[in-house]
Amino acid sequence: MDLLERLTPIEQSVTFGALKVVGVFAIVMFLVAYAVLIERRVCAAIQDRIGPNRAGPFGLLQPLADAVKAFLKEDFMPAQAHPVYFWLAPALVMIPSLLVVAVIPFGSTLGNPDNRMVIADLNIGILYTFGIASLGVYGIVLAGYAARSKYPLMGGIRSGAQMISYEIAMGLSLIPLFLLVGDLNLGAVIDYQARGLFGWLIFKQPLAFAIFLVAAFAETNRLPFDMPEAEQELAGGYNIEYSSIKFALFFMAEYAHMIAASAMLVTLFFGGWTLPFFGLDQPASTFWGGLLHIGIFLAKLLAMMVLFVWVRWMWPRFRYDQLMALGWTRLVPLALGNIVVTALWLWLKAG
Amino acid sequence: MQDILFYVFAALTLVCGFLVVANPISRSPVTSALFLVLTIVSLSGLFVLLHAFFLAAVQIVVYAGAALVLFLFVIMMLDLKAEERRRITRLGLIGGGLVAVAMAWLFRVVPREAALVASGPAHVEGSTPALGALLFTQYLLPFEAISLVLVAGMVGAILLSRKEPS
Repeated sequence: MDLLERLTPIEQSVTFGALKVVGVFAIVMFLVAYAVLIERRVCAAIQDRIGPNRAGPFGLLQPLADAVKAFLKEDFMPAQAHPVYFWLAPALVMIPSLLVVAVIPFGSTLGNPDNRMVIADLNIGILYTFGIASLGVYGIVLAGYAARSKYPLMGGIRSGAQMISYEIAMGLSLIPLFLLVGDLNLGAVIDYQARGLFGWLIFKQPLAFAIFLVAAFAETNRLPFDMPEAEQELAGGYNIEYSSIKFALFFMAEYAHMIAASAMLVTLFFGGWTLPFFGLDQPASTFWGGLLHIGIFLAKLLAMMVLFVWVRWMWPRFRYDQLMALGWTRLVPLALGNIVVTALWLWLKAG
Repeated sequence: MQDILFYVFAALTLVCGFLVVANPISRSPVTSALFLVLTIVSLSGLFVLLHAFFLAAVQIVVYAGAALVLFLFVIMMLDLKAEERRRITRLGLIGGGLVAVAMAWLFRVVPREAALVASGPAHVEGSTPALGALLFTQYLLPFEAISLVLVAGMVGAILLSRKEPS
């Protein structure tokens, strides 16, 4: 602590910033690895099996074994593939989901009110997430193009079209929230929800929550919208020609997307790091109170991720034309209607 | 720090913009489209330096996130082999040079004539609510006119892509 007090305020903020970046990155990567284990264990429980339990106690070392296996497999690149894009695509899929987490407030403070638990407190928070998330589509489209064979190309275009279609429904579904909150900053969204359980936006905007949730499933390429994994019907998606760790990277990206989407859901609809009991909705004044807030956030995040996994093993897959029809002719008009109704209600309330 | 970042983003914008039209290594249209994405991302970096966060985000969402993805779709679907073989012609060089000179002249003349500089970068700066309020009060007519143009464009696209009734 002496060392900290000797630093100038600027040095302190740089140190804390770097610590937050490293900490958040470490936690997200850890969650990515263990999300796979959670997925397999939950799936096994749903199908009345045991699931991976050989590597380490309760199968806790399974992610390690999976990673070693992925690295040791033959890394095959088709002869006609475009090498630069072929290498670039998996990274481009992964990076946006790691960047999105930067604006999520994952806790209040650690005692010091100047040092808020968010990496970048942007006043356009939500627009930043949409901007960065919309870049993820390049990785998918490029992965389809890079292999220069027809099935990946079709798969890449299919998934790309799916992502940009559902991005529209996703963006429109959030506008009523910001009409209510009056700010795009995610910290302000949490402050707005810090007034009792029914202040949470899921109770004020259940329709917006439903649309956002469906769109989040489509954006993360998860069942019921997981065209890239429809091997039997469509010969798979943009990742057909990939193997070894590059193939695994697409799946790590899927889980990183899932974590980012869960973090957004928790922040926007479930009050973020707050709980409406025991005064836990006020910024913490002590170090341990701050840790408790981070714990609450992580618990809500894990609950959302289990929901994602649960839905995956309970639902059949949509057909591609049904998916597009759902997005454009159901969700977009519903979201537009929700905007008009919310705006009218606010207008009438204001007199 | 701000100055250094400005030079970095400005240089990135110019270099990537140059590589869109005249890439010495690859003539692939996909590469050009990807450099255009980089140009737009560096442009939005310049907007951030002007504290125009809203414009920066919208620049990425609209152009990089949507418009250029559609560019890529079209390029991939059409598989433009002829484009890759095409060399830069003298006509293209002269035309491009003329447009560049005209643009430079416009950038010099317009600020002087229209007194845009007097209000300075403060016009770009501002919170999102302030920008929205301006769009729906002072600039309502141009805003609606632009949306009409967009609707016309969409109707045109639907009309062109519709199959001929046999």
